[in-house]
Amino acid sequence: MNPSNGKGSVSTSSRVSWKSNEAAPVADQFPVGLRVMVVDDDPTCLMILEKMLRTCKYEVKRCSRAEEALSILRGNSNGYDIVISDVHMPDMDGFKLLEHVGLEMDLPVIMMSADDSKSVVMKGVTHGACDYLIKPVRIEALKNIWQHVVRKRKNEWKEVDQQSGSADDGQQPKYSEDGDYSSSVNEGNWRNSKRRKDDDEDGEDRDDTSTLKKPRVVWSVELHQQFVGAVNQLGIDKAVPKKILELMNVPGLTRENVASHLQKYRLYLRRLSGVSPHQNNLGNSFMNPQDPGYGPLSTLNGIDLQTLAATGQLPAQSLATLQAAGLGRAVVAAKSRIPIPVVDQRNLFSFENPKLSFGDTQQPPQHLNNGGTQINMLHGIPTNMQPKQLVNLQHQGNSLPTVQNVQSVQSGSLLMQMTDQPPLRGQQPMGNYNSISQSSPMMNLSSSYPLSNIQAKSGFPEDLTSEMKGSTPGFMPSYDIFNELNHQQKSHDWELQNVGLTFNATQQANNSIDVLGTSIAASHHSGFSSSSQGSGLTRNASTVHANNNNNAISVGQHRMNVNNFYPDNNSVRVKLEPPLFPEQFGQDDLMSALLRQQQGQGGIGPAENDFDFDGYSIDNIPV
Amino acid sequence: MDRNQSHRQVATMKQSLFDQGYLDHEQFNQLEELQDDANPNFVEEVVTLYYRDSARLVHSIEQALEKSPIDFNKLDSYMHQFRGSSSSIGAKKVKAECSLFREYCRAGNGEGCMRTFQQVKKEYTALRKKLETFFQLARQAGPVDRARRPK
Repeated sequence: MNPSNGKGSVSTSSRVSWKSNEAAPVADQFPVGLRVMVVDDDPTCLMILEKMLRTCKYEVKRCSRAEEALSILRGNSNGYDIVISDVHMPDMDGFKLLEHVGLEMDLPVIMMSADDSKSVVMKGVTHGACDYLIKPVRIEALKNIWQHVVRKRKNEWKEVDQQSGSADDGQQPKYSEDGDYSSSVNEGNWRNSKRRKDDDEDGEDRDDTSTLKKPRVVWSVELHQQFVGAVNQLGIDKAVPKKILELMNVPGLTRENVASHLQKYRLYLRRLSGVSPHQNNLGNSFMNPQDPGYGPLSTLNGIDLQTLAATGQLPAQSLATLQAAGLGRAVVAAKSRIPIPVVDQRNLFSFENPKLSFGDTQQPPQHLNNGGTQINMLHGIPTNMQPKQLVNLQHQGNSLPTVQNVQSVQSGSLLMQMTDQPPLRGQQPMGNYNSISQSSPMMNLSSSYPLSNIQAKSGFPEDLTSEMKGSTPGFMPSYDIFNELNHQQKSHDWELQNVGLTFNATQQANNSIDVLGTSIAASHHSGFSSSSQGSGLTRNASTVHANNNNNAISVGQHRMNVNNFYPDNNSVRVKLEPPLFPEQFGQDDLMSALLRQQQGQGGIGPAENDFDFDGYSIDNIPV
Repeated sequence: MDRNQSHRQVATMKQSLFDQGYLDHEQFNQLEELQDDANPNFVEEVVTLYYRDSARLVHSIEQALEKSPIDFNKLDSYMHQFRGSSSSIGAKKVKAECSLFREYCRAGNGEGCMRTFQQVKKEYTALRKKLETFFQLARQAGPVDRARRPK
């Protein structure tokens, strides 16, 4: 579609007011006029940044407080294209802001800090930041920030495409069309439903394909309330996007929107219910599990991962990317920054194969095809699911005994992934994983495709779901799986297989994606594989939550496998877009898993609570 | 000629500031590049803002150092901010002392912190004086004429 058409045809409906920037039509002069929100408590830096951004011909809005920034963003949902935020701020941690923005507004967020230590940078990645700048920031670094906006939109479109391709909307997989359709529908209707006062001014560029602006659905308080109401009404285990959409009855809202929001919501719930001190627990809990062997496992895994990472099998970067991708956009990192899903994974592993001590002596080295390669184990982890998310979820929700591995949060994710794998191996048809993992240590995730993309599309074809279910039990919805795993510990029906498939997202390192891609590719659109892969690599590390949820759903059956796999624990909030077929997998499963977990965990409390609106991370949402 | 002379003076002083390590030439140049007709005194404004804002940080640090026992975390946090601010204007020596301070902080060395902080303040004040002189010169010389034809 040509931009003009796109603009005109769909978006130009009066109610849809996406208007391009008044100053200059973004489409034509992009990135001129890019609307940037910059947040920093240091007035000196803020002044300099603002000037630099203006010099780049961007439109700038500066805030010295995160709360202020958030309220502005909330009030003007489509008013900004990108957010730049400092990490250390007195009123709110920059990462928290990152979470909120990602969750509520789904904008790309760039973190910056004078602190260039690897751990903090990693944190940024895992929390879903699309970039990290070291202060003092140079203007050259700012000149290119528009790429993140473009990339995100592109990914979103892809998701939409995929979704539509999956016959969800029956639309052609054309960006523009999808964009138009979704944007107009979403934007227009959605706007109306949101009762925005200024429809017009917020109109984002309508999405011309060229502008790459996809209408963003902003989840206002009312909308979210409707959403929560619908979910509660349906019951957690029955809350599938389609039904939620029907119940909500919001014109213009698409199933994809609901699906991705559901993912985030699930993550959020998980975090609420399961926030357990991962780090500490990890180690301890791990030990607890059935098998004393776990203890060593964790260590082993941890070590292995590190080794693996060290050996370059799991390039930290890629891991991070993978994780990020896997996590999908869900920004919300585990609340407590769960030391990464690794723990969860461990649980999985431990759960399943207590014997599987990764590479341990205890168990027969079934795990990882290669003794040393922990990574392989990861493969087993469902690629889709953002391992990180899963892990996080797990951590949170259940005190998976195994999970304790999290020791290294940072490297944890890597480790996590790695570690988890081993356990899997032993049990399940590790073969799946192994083969996959071996193929390419780094997930085949195409870096270009952030999982986030996948996330958007929840419209995975149904058949995919079934496929997934059967073949890749590993696909665990981020949260649920973990929880389930925990419960399940005893039951070994943990199908490793599933794990591998679904989690590839985080597993990235392990090629888990491969697994996923392999198994699913056939049934699922190719987009899936790529997206899952891509997601892994994407920078947008969205919290795993998002993706995991989706994945989790299907995996739910398999349970937990997935969760454990992703050692994302390091608060890796990889924003992996939900794996290609989050929806497919049966939200129900996810929900039930989630519910079960929660209930089982005890920590989570009654399922209802989860849906409590208050609990939602959106702070300003009044119940 | 006067103008040129003045400009030369300014340039010379600036260079000496770089050479003596007071200012980081890269960062300071970045700031200067941002200066344009719309904001002819941008650099001076930023530096003024820096000194104003960092004054309270310095004060907070001093207070924190006087407490007993010293809250090193807080100190570190303050210093992190101060250091970030200083680096954004290119205050090289100040930044270096800040880094040193943070090391003592992390080591829990109160004595070391106090000593280093004295150094920080010394550099901070010295730089301010130099910059004041510099800006005075710069204002007298008039805006650096890039587009206009020198007379």
